[in-house]
Amino acid sequence: MSLAVNMQPYVDPRDRGGAAQPMLIARELQRHFRVKGAGKGAVVRAVDGVSFTLFKGETLGVVGESGCGKSTLARLLLHLVVPDSGELVFDGDAVGEAGGVSVGDLRRQVQMVFQDSYSSLNPRMPVQDSIAFGPMVNGRTKPESRRIAHEILVKVGLRPDLFGPRYPHELSGGQKQRVNIARALAVGPRMVILDEAVSALDKSVEAQVLNLLRQLKRTLNLTYLFISHDLNVVRYISDRVLVMYLGQVVELGPAADVFSRARHPYTTALLGSRLSMDAGQRIEAPPLVGDPPSPINPPSGCRFRTRCPHAEAVCEARMPVLGRWDDRSSHVAACHMTVPDSGHSLAGSV
Amino acid sequence: MHGNDAAAAPLLEVQDLTVKFVSRDATVTAVNGATFSVRKGEVLCLLGESGSGKSVTLRALMRLLPPQAEVAGRIALDGHDVLALEGNALRAFRGGAVAMVFQEPMTALDPVYTIGQHLVEMIRRHKGGTRAEARIRAIELLELVKIPSAARRFDAYPHELSGGLRQRAMIAIALCCGPQLLLADEPTTALDATVQIQVLILLRRLQQEFGMGTIFVTHDLGVAAEIADRVAVMYAGRVIEEGPVADVLRAPAHPYTKGLMASTVHDQAPDQDIAAIPGSPPDLRRLPPGCSFAPRCSLATEACRQSFPEPVYPAPGRMARCLRVADVLPGMMKEPA
Repeated sequence: MSLAVNMQPYVDPRDRGGAAQPMLIARELQRHFRVKGAGKGAVVRAVDGVSFTLFKGETLGVVGESGCGKSTLARLLLHLVVPDSGELVFDGDAVGEAGGVSVGDLRRQVQMVFQDSYSSLNPRMPVQDSIAFGPMVNGRTKPESRRIAHEILVKVGLRPDLFGPRYPHELSGGQKQRVNIARALAVGPRMVILDEAVSALDKSVEAQVLNLLRQLKRTLNLTYLFISHDLNVVRYISDRVLVMYLGQVVELGPAADVFSRARHPYTTALLGSRLSMDAGQRIEAPPLVGDPPSPINPPSGCRFRTRCPHAEAVCEARMPVLGRWDDRSSHVAACHMTVPDSGHSLAGSV
Repeated sequence: MHGNDAAAAPLLEVQDLTVKFVSRDATVTAVNGATFSVRKGEVLCLLGESGSGKSVTLRALMRLLPPQAEVAGRIALDGHDVLALEGNALRAFRGGAVAMVFQEPMTALDPVYTIGQHLVEMIRRHKGGTRAEARIRAIELLELVKIPSAARRFDAYPHELSGGLRQRAMIAIALCCGPQLLLADEPTTALDATVQIQVLILLRRLQQEFGMGTIFVTHDLGVAAEIADRVAVMYAGRVIEEGPVADVLRAPAHPYTKGLMASTVHDQAPDQDIAAIPGSPPDLRRLPPGCSFAPRCSLATEACRQSFPEPVYPAPGRMARCLRVADVLPGMMKEPA
């Protein structure tokens, strides 16, 4: 298990709370976006009360369909989008509050890799300058920054003399994504948010980049938040998984548990929609019908009830709460069926 | 598994299809001698990564390539030479005999026309008739593709529909004139997983109902396993392996297919590296002289770098263009055909 690797005696001087203190705690994060032309006061509830804990040295996979708020969540964690409400605690310090950690400091310790490897690089800058930019604005000298850029390029498997002076358009998709990873690592972050970082790559290249990400995590002692819509990739790379639906967390738990014993019907449906590579095992009936509803006017009560095969009156009346999680092994789901006395006829059976 | 058996004559025959894009600086050979056929009622998946030439092949079949593309080879649909079509015959062919579903319905549909207007235009262009008759047919089609409250959705603009419904509307438009051949270019790639499987199952059902030959372009092995009868794997503009989907995915004959399967994340142990294919696909402006996969292939020998391997037939209905098939598929190789 990869956790064991991270328990080696290496100590990051910036690590304040020790291995037991979570890297990041999000409490009731909320962000709504106003929409024009959809009626007065209409808002998209992109992220609506999301709480979770990211432990040191782990990879937390975030899955969900488009519009479920997973990318907004990533941006909230870096204050690229400022939350309406909620609390963010980074290694014991509240983010953006007096006595806590400043947003600038947070961004030095948490970096992000985006999906579109081309648009996230400056097309008019050789990639070594793009990579050196971070260290430079953080006070390093130009030659020093260049040296860091070259070191990082080696770490991501690109020869600095060959690839450093190139412009983004002279690189393949996989090479560009390696550069983006290098740029994120250049400021020496402790945590990296990977927002669909391998989704645009071809399978053979995706495998190379996934291997690289795992190797970098080991050697640089990183913590990952890995956002993806690809369940197979999330299963492979994650220690724990967080499943989102319409701006809310519906399930959270260790990857092995969630994938083998999903507790929320939405997770079950997502897993049932995975295509097998065996033509003898075709899916005959789709696990769900219809598309996810609009996050502008989400259904009352449980947001999944409009597509859920087990929906009952209680699901419409009350919003289920995600149970309590205490440590890395907790497995919780926001579903009335998981609560013995919720009033659902199948309560307690899941 | 097959819709029809070998007795049926091929609906579509593609021989040595080559597409070159020539500019002052370089000549890009996007398709480089692709050969395959599709029988009536059969689903062929063109499987390949970006730059393998699968989408360009599809556009060549639909005659949608720009004039500067140099197309050579032979495309015959039901015995008729597709590359020779011109004028009215070409317009009747596109959308009539052959229809296409694109990856991104939002860009493929015209945002200033309603779904109904798209359908009515298509029906009247190809079948004639009055507006009212076309409207009735259009609503039937929307119901056929399982769009809920079809009569109301008839007047919706593309942006008012969800991604899944838009793609269903695209399929309805493609089916308007009962095409003999349906071309689908990654029709479910932009959709979410729970919606993708719905559209795949719908396409499979409609394909069986209509009995049309279908070419389904995808990069996703799972999609191919779900819908294809046969697969043709493309690499650098050539079909390098072909065969029944179950056989190819169970025991690939070409090292590239094998590598692609191994590098696709699928229940691998989380503590082990994925067997990635090293390197990246070749530059289509400067293809290597021999097998285009040789530079990335662990089995490549000197002979592989000399000339592009001729087809070998390791089993009935299977083809691979590789000199080392016997080593990729041990035990299955009989004497070379």
